[in-house]
Amino acid sequence: MTQKVLLAIGTRKGLFLATNSGADWEVTGPHHPMTDVYAVAIDTRRDTPRLLAAVTSEHWGPSVAVSDDLGATWSEPDHAPVAFPEDTDTALARVWQLAPGPDSEPDLVYAGVEPSALFKSTDGGKNYELVRGLWDHPHRERWTPGFGGMAVHSVIPHPSDASRVTVAMSTGGVYVSTDGGESFSASNEGIKAYFLPDPFPEFGQCVHKIAQHPDRPDQFFAQNHHGVYRSDDGAHTWKSIADGLPSDFGFPMVVHPHRPETIYTFPLTADAMRFPPDGRCRVYRSDDAGATWTALANGLPAEGFWTAVMRDAMCVDDADPAGVYFGARSGEVYASRDEGESWTLVAAHLPDVLSVRAAVI
Amino acid sequence: MPVTVLLPGVLRAIADGQAKLEVQAPAPATLADVLDAVSERYPALGRRLRDESRGLRRYVNFYVDGEECRYLGGADAPVAADAEIQVIPSVAGG
Repeated sequence: MTQKVLLAIGTRKGLFLATNSGADWEVTGPHHPMTDVYAVAIDTRRDTPRLLAAVTSEHWGPSVAVSDDLGATWSEPDHAPVAFPEDTDTALARVWQLAPGPDSEPDLVYAGVEPSALFKSTDGGKNYELVRGLWDHPHRERWTPGFGGMAVHSVIPHPSDASRVTVAMSTGGVYVSTDGGESFSASNEGIKAYFLPDPFPEFGQCVHKIAQHPDRPDQFFAQNHHGVYRSDDGAHTWKSIADGLPSDFGFPMVVHPHRPETIYTFPLTADAMRFPPDGRCRVYRSDDAGATWTALANGLPAEGFWTAVMRDAMCVDDADPAGVYFGARSGEVYASRDEGESWTLVAAHLPDVLSVRAAVI
Repeated sequence: MPVTVLLPGVLRAIADGQAKLEVQAPAPATLADVLDAVSERYPALGRRLRDESRGLRRYVNFYVDGEECRYLGGADAPVAADAEIQVIPSVAGG
């Protein structure tokens, strides 16, 4: 029997929520219309999953909205839930990532933001405080904006040790804290920054996404601005796993929920050609931690797919077999309920899809 | 001194449904002073008009007695007693 899944779809103009009944999907929304939703999270550490949505209005600014009834109603605090302290003389542009913490800390939620900074919530994602260890890092003045802005877009709390958290930013690279955010160390050895005079600097890489499976907390995967990598030593050193892909450029990187060695990405041709190779819509999966790759295209457009999948617009659910989902900038959302073997269309004609997250409900 | 702030429909729900706020500002006052008074009463409204560094939101226009505040000094625009400040979202986006 197909498990019931909630799929949250963050777009350029609001949040859409899809639930399945068998193979069919019912889509509601837009929730929070006319806000861009760069980040959405489904916090499954509660009896009823909590939805968190990073909503940014061009007019009225950024916020984080929370729902404890699967999107029927939403709440926000009166004051800004994520705000830079006065002494920083900085204003939040938007939240790029919402990451629930380990099960042992059910109220811990992290937010990665633009400009590049990390915030931490200890009340389940309603209110956040700046993590000073990253903000005060001496490298910060040399982090620079990528094409989409300068933001911490990936936050991976350690699955069992609340003192450890790994973040990634564009540009800047990967940083690791082992002391609860008091300090961070650049962790980019082996990741190439071809656009810098020193192609292997300590920091400054344009990492697009990092991912980890909770059963293997020392193994990370990265989709870079050209380059696909794996680390087997807690993000200290990285080696290329791009062989077998049609391109090493792309944005998302997702790990299978039950098999740590299975990963997914969506290659684009190149930095200067941000389309799927030949306009063919294909997800790539590796079942051996990046040693080999398989194209997955059953049910996906075989031609004319001149769009892209953004860094948070691909996800998995926690079903068994696992569901895999992605959305495109052209507003289509696809789902696979068999781990990528076949795909069906969930929705079309939505605004640009920026983020997706899914969970069994 | 009294100042009137006129709100667009989209913001009224977070100001107790009011279209017109009467606030008290110190004399002499600037637009920032008026917005401080608004934020104190309605923090959810205040954060939609300014960011946390007290900067005016880029796509929110404030007309002080009919004049766009950016021609009057922005947040430092002088505001007279009994002035009327109209908040209008700018025409932006696609």
